[in-house]
Amino acid sequence: MTSQPTLKCIVAVKRVVDPNIKVQVKADQSGPDIEHLKMAMNPFDEIALQEAVNLKEKGCIQEIIAVTMGSLACQDILRAALARGADSAWLIETPEVFPALAAAQCLQALVIKEQADLVFLGKQAIDDDCHQTAAMLASLLEWPLADAVSEVQWFSDRREFEVTVETDQGLELWCLATPCVLAADLRLNIPAFLSLPQIIKAKTKPLTILPIAELVSLNLKTAVTLLQVEPPLRRKAGVLVGSVAELLDKLRNEAKVLP
Amino acid sequence: MKTLVVAEHLNGQLTAATLSVIRAALELKQEIVILVLGHGCEPIAKEAALLRGVTQVWWSDAVYYQHLTPADFAEFIKPYQNEFHYVLASASSLGKTLIPFLAAKLSASPLAEVLKIVDPHTFVRGLYAGHVLATLSVTGSAILMTVQHTAFEPIDVETHASPALLVQKTPGPAVAKSRFMLLKSTPSTRPELASAKVVLSGGRGLQSADHFKLLDDLALKLGAAVGASRAAVDAGFIGNEYQIGQTGKVVAPNLYMAFGISGAIQHIAGILGSKVIVAINKDKEAPIFEVADYGLVADLFEVIPELSQALEQGNKR
Repeated sequence: MTSQPTLKCIVAVKRVVDPNIKVQVKADQSGPDIEHLKMAMNPFDEIALQEAVNLKEKGCIQEIIAVTMGSLACQDILRAALARGADSAWLIETPEVFPALAAAQCLQALVIKEQADLVFLGKQAIDDDCHQTAAMLASLLEWPLADAVSEVQWFSDRREFEVTVETDQGLELWCLATPCVLAADLRLNIPAFLSLPQIIKAKTKPLTILPIAELVSLNLKTAVTLLQVEPPLRRKAGVLVGSVAELLDKLRNEAKVLP
Repeated sequence: MKTLVVAEHLNGQLTAATLSVIRAALELKQEIVILVLGHGCEPIAKEAALLRGVTQVWWSDAVYYQHLTPADFAEFIKPYQNEFHYVLASASSLGKTLIPFLAAKLSASPLAEVLKIVDPHTFVRGLYAGHVLATLSVTGSAILMTVQHTAFEPIDVETHASPALLVQKTPGPAVAKSRFMLLKSTPSTRPELASAKVVLSGGRGLQSADHFKLLDDLALKLGAAVGASRAAVDAGFIGNEYQIGQTGKVVAPNLYMAFGISGAIQHIAGILGSKVIVAINKDKEAPIFEVADYGLVADLFEVIPELSQALEQGNKR
């Protein structure tokens, strides 16, 4: 009996400010003030990686390659990805300002270089909240996309995924041929805690650094320039009321939002 | 050059969010073309043609547009893609895939969840769960964006004396390598969250799915929609389509009432546009009180029946 060949999976991860930190604006309003803040793997990407690890354990995926784009500082999250179960990692060195379209073109080049047949990533990064890279990558590769995936099932006989996606109307079940792009939502899984042996083992796994110019020449036809940033309007401090009756009175007669 | 607005429709009607996107499109000062893709969607196109400010309505009917994929959408647009300077859709689960998918084909960087149009080349959008507002200058031959519908007042549905030109287009080829199988959730009978004037929202404090029925009863009395925090959705109390926040829906009702919601920054991101925020929580230290106009430190299981009763009496008077 010959077993079906399994998938080579790229997981894209992004280094972002720790999601529990409330980011402020720089005094000169030139950008968000993120210097010296604790950084972490984008939580959605962490979930995507965990799902790839789970699928590898089930025999669907044969190899997991983690990739990120950015400065040399991003090596820390790639080591974390290796500890979580990625087999190897790529750091594509890029300038600081790097739009989602550039990330998608970069990932497309890496998919072709590695001859991968599955890309797993988070549906959005919690820093710029763009929610774009997965759709753009699927577009460039002409692969099917499942966005906001909360359940994945692999059918090796027909080499298809059946995935549950979260939409504004509720949960939808879609069937995707491979190769494909899957973008993880929060409820897909709960990433496991890392153990010390995993972290130690990660130190010996291959991590390759490649300047972006050696991978791809970008084609960006829109120029997006950040002019300034500002904090949102602060809501005025509210009042505490003592009872339901007082609350209703305020809502009816002061705020006039109830009849 | 023209602006294309990708219409979304549900149960045979344009969504309220689409009417907000048209408001945004008007600010770009170009001819507006509304695109209606669907199956049996001609009546929706005719309805859209009556909207003020709309120059043309393009519609195309195909079975595979019923559950539209970004691939089939981009394939439809291909012959016309150079006719439009702007392409807009709402920041819905559908819009968030259509816009970047098409943008990548055009090598254009799209803008996500635009909150304000300063001028036709300057836009404001949120970063870091809305805690940082960025003003961006954008130049290029194609500018694509999703629009945060709560930031733009829906245009009034008033009859246009001379309806827009209605153009039926041939569907593009079906190219999608994914197929819709079924809707797993039961279709909701609750009012639509996105356009509700009053939203009652429950958090982990509600403790169970059964207790959400208490909110449903109260919502019925107020004509309100029901929402939830991520914690409540994760705990399985209510479906994901009710989640409000950075990664769920954004709401901006006249009145937002949070029951047993602590107020994580990701949740606050989804409610900041509300006119009046009310927080009801046992824990007086809960961060939700920092953004609430009115706070009540109390047990929600006592407050909900009391509110319910008071409203009933109020209605009888």
